Amino acid sequence: MKNKNKQKILPGGIINQPGSSRNYKTGSWRVNKPIWDRNKCIHCGLCVNYCPENCILFKGGKREETDFDYCKGCGICARICPVKAIKMSREDKSG
Amino acid sequence: MVKQNNLKALTGGAAAAEAIRQINPDVFSAYPITPQTPIIQGFAQMVADKKVETKFILVESEHSALSVIVGSTAAGGRSMTATSSQGLALMSEILPVASGMRLPIVMNLATRALSSPINIHNDHQDAMMVRDLGWIQIFCENNQEVYENNFLAVRLAESPEVMLPVMVCQDGFITSHNIERVTVWPDRVIKKFLGEYRPKHFLLDLKNPSTMGPFAMPDYYFEIKHQVVVAMEKAKKTYLAVGRELRKITGHRYGCLEKYFLADARAVIVVMGSTAGTVRGVVEEMRKQGKKVGLLKINLFRPFPYQEVKRALAGVGMVGVLERTMGFGSVSPLAGEIRISLAGKRIRDYSFGLGGRDIGAEEIEKIFLQLLGNRTVDRPQYIGLRK
Repeated sequence: MKNKNKQKILPGGIINQPGSSRNYKTGSWRVNKPIWDRNKCIHCGLCVNYCPENCILFKGGKREETDFDYCKGCGICARICPVKAIKMSREDKSG
Repeated sequence: MVKQNNLKALTGGAAAAEAIRQINPDVFSAYPITPQTPIIQGFAQMVADKKVETKFILVESEHSALSVIVGSTAAGGRSMTATSSQGLALMSEILPVASGMRLPIVMNLATRALSSPINIHNDHQDAMMVRDLGWIQIFCENNQEVYENNFLAVRLAESPEVMLPVMVCQDGFITSHNIERVTVWPDRVIKKFLGEYRPKHFLLDLKNPSTMGPFAMPDYYFEIKHQVVVAMEKAKKTYLAVGRELRKITGHRYGCLEKYFLADARAVIVVMGSTAGTVRGVVEEMRKQGKKVGLLKINLFRPFPYQEVKRALAGVGMVGVLERTMGFGSVSPLAGEIRISLAGKRIRDYSFGLGGRDIGAEEIEKIFLQLLGNRTVDRPQYIGLRK
């Protein structure tokens, strides 16, 4: 099996680099991708709070683009959005 | 051999307790009532009498006992436990956690039957039930072996190239409750032999914070679990090396096997545990009558000494494997191992798919081509394992 995440394996799988889970990009698990319409968005922050991966960024009172390195495509943001500014669409894996 | 020693009349349980007193572990945890044995009764008395500095933690189940020991060993303390029978069954969920996390725990096991029918007496079903969970298993014939193998076990478990948990198995009741003469070696000699436990990684190492026992997906699980295979392969050599060192103190041998009248034997009995003593007596008597019989005692059951067994039984006639378990729809585990040791060359081992890792058709085809082309090696192969 090819190893996409080249992390040195220590005895018993010990992880001695704090915060190394950042290197584990769970975005590759995604089947459906959230498409965010920034014109419809009212920046209420609900999706930010509901995102189980903490990968929707919120700066200066504004929602920003999803961090697709970690977004698993669960669709909770699309479900919770009060103005339907997020739609789930099939991930294009070809590119 | 150390001259100053002390003869004591001890049960196997008390012999284990005496060894644990000399080991003076940082933490000891156990469930305090049946199926527990005189091992923790004896050791609890030593704790109450302040003969050790050990933190003794009584818990509500064996599952918790081993969980406590996993935690305290991961934290960096030398830790031990003891159990028997159903207690080991209840611990079984945590056993592969201990080996997978490479924690050098030493457990004393008084081997006893499993329910049902409910029974408290000796057989090896409990030890055999957990034989493939990554624990080293040493079987003891008598109280002296129980006492000394505890020291060997601590050193073996903590060896940097091994770092695996060890089970020191004695026969329940037959060994654990019967009194024998035990030569007890001086505390300072044992203390020097054991040394300090200094793990490379431990949770309370605040300068080097780490995560132990993490979640691992199919892209890491197989490699981490395979470390246990590698450590087991190294454990046999370390067991023999530590045994040679212990021999300088005790004068006793610590081999993977003990061979008794094998050279010209026409019939040999292979056995583990206290029954080896009985078989040895029978061999002695039958030899007096000119019968060419012998005994092969297995001391180290995991890792199993296949090559040593093969060599030991190479010249003998018939082999009888005597084991305190049976196979339900199979053969007894010991008989299986002996059959493997003496098997022909037609079978190859391939492990695959641990932790959900996929196997592909091309990999299966490769195995077929290896088998057809006779391009194989006579040791386990791991399909899809990264180097």
